[in-house]
Amino acid sequence: MQEIVDATIENIAVSQRTNLEVFSGTLQHLAQTDRDIIVVTSDSRGSGKLVPFGQKFPEQIIEVGIAEQNLVGVAAGLASTGKKVFAVSPACFLTARALEQIKNDVAYSNNPVKLIGISAGVSYGALGSTHHSLHDFAVLRTINNMMIVAPADNFEAEQAILLAAESDIPVYIRFGKKQMPLLSEDEKTFEFGKGRIVREGSDLTIIGAGETVAPALRAAEKLRREHHVAAAVVSMHTIKPLDYDLLRDIAATGQPVITVEEHSVYGGLGEACASFLIQHDFHNRFKIMGIPDEYTVTGSQTEIFNHYGISEGGIAAAALGLIS
Amino acid sequence: MLKVMSEKELTQKSVEYRKKILKYIYQAKAGHTGGSLSCIDILNVLYNYTMDVDPGHFDSPDRDRYIQSKGHTVEALYVVLASRGFFPESDLETLCKYQSHYIGHPTRKVHGVEQNTGALGHGLSLSVGTAIAGKLDKRDYRVFTVLGDGELPEGSNWEAALSASHYKLDNLCAILDKNTLQISGPTSAVCNTDPVDEKFGAFGWAVRHVDGHNIAELMAAFDALPFEKGKPSLIIAHTVKGKGVSYMENQLKWHHGVPDPKQYADAIQELDLLEETLS
Repeated sequence: MQEIVDATIENIAVSQRTNLEVFSGTLQHLAQTDRDIIVVTSDSRGSGKLVPFGQKFPEQIIEVGIAEQNLVGVAAGLASTGKKVFAVSPACFLTARALEQIKNDVAYSNNPVKLIGISAGVSYGALGSTHHSLHDFAVLRTINNMMIVAPADNFEAEQAILLAAESDIPVYIRFGKKQMPLLSEDEKTFEFGKGRIVREGSDLTIIGAGETVAPALRAAEKLRREHHVAAAVVSMHTIKPLDYDLLRDIAATGQPVITVEEHSVYGGLGEACASFLIQHDFHNRFKIMGIPDEYTVTGSQTEIFNHYGISEGGIAAAALGLIS
Repeated sequence: MLKVMSEKELTQKSVEYRKKILKYIYQAKAGHTGGSLSCIDILNVLYNYTMDVDPGHFDSPDRDRYIQSKGHTVEALYVVLASRGFFPESDLETLCKYQSHYIGHPTRKVHGVEQNTGALGHGLSLSVGTAIAGKLDKRDYRVFTVLGDGELPEGSNWEAALSASHYKLDNLCAILDKNTLQISGPTSAVCNTDPVDEKFGAFGWAVRHVDGHNIAELMAAFDALPFEKGKPSLIIAHTVKGKGVSYMENQLKWHHGVPDPKQYADAIQELDLLEETLS
């Protein structure tokens, strides 16, 4: 299999923008010609990089104050009239405090709100577990009529926002705070529910989502350089609906599979993949990497990632363990 | 188009609705009897006098909206929607039956239902969002929601109440079905929310009290909307749980009690007698 050329440790190009900045810019672009684009915030316009949006389109931003339940209920009411509503709040609060509103007012009533979980996973680092969202994939996976998306680069972020704006079913999109890598210069297609192979390799496959894709790529490069192991890397940006076709293709190689997520190892990307594989008689060697069932060690996002092995070295070591 | 009913017609209609609520709860062997009987006069006046909504134009962006926050009294909503022609009344024969769309809380699978409700404390936020959209689009529709007094301790109500006044939603009217009883006892004993008028007033709402079973008072209150320009309106409807069936009135067991055959016959007989006096 071919390797893509720009994925070495040194030259995984880091863009100058966070996905949130891409989100804000994309929304401003859309709002210029579409007055139905509405943003609802819970005192989160600053952290959501939405101050410029609010200045340019003051009638298209609704502030509800620090009140996430109301944020989601109001967003659902707005969406019921045909507005294209982006409800923006830290992922930790949005998907826990307002879970019943997400379940009933958005998903069950099918008001196609675009739920934007910002500073997701452990992006808040040392602010601690109140501010971490390591549960959001798990709880939202069990809610019918809900897409779950974690973009891994600026391209995926922009495409996800463009598609979400026109989606007639609810979608949850999770953004971190990091400047993101450019996974591929020439990528032209993006679809919800279709994972992207961002590096090819015939010895094993590492499946990441969101901010774990970059360390997965670095690990793949380390494996090539130091161990002559060819690891494929997939950005499984859509956690639900999961790309079963791609999973089937990966599993059919018979090679080991590692999933890496900025989420509890319970109920997220890894268990979703494992569930599919085991129920379709695939018995590949398999490992779920993520945050174990504990309140995380104190540290920055990077320190927390390193502590739990969501890193170049940690993922590479896990890969060597599986292929040995 | 809505054929607006007179006070007399509405009064007669309420009796008919009460009988139908009882009939379908009796047949289904399930339902929220007491609360359906306490809010039915409010729904009657809304759907037959006040609101501009009809089954032929339910997709109109200009329609008035009704969102039932106290979703459990869905039987009241179903009989009113059926009588307005949103669906054949015979559909209610399937209420709560296997594979029926007519479940025990409002669902958009039923024509005429705006939002799926049932978990408490959701209707007001949904209504606020819908009302904000009306203001943004400069449409003159109004949004109505019926709240139960038992659901007021849900904090989301108060979050929504703040937003409603913050955004000056005088196109929003909440009606509090204040029947003073909830599943474990008197609302004042479970979690006192009085003085609820002062609380909503302090949150920036314009508030009026009505006898929630007095058709003329309800008509007059709805005619007076908005009570104050630039403020959301709250109608505190003083009601009786189980209203219209003497042995059910103010009796906790009829929160979701289902009458036995004798009780059902007695209730219908009482309502039949009332109906005769009105004709």
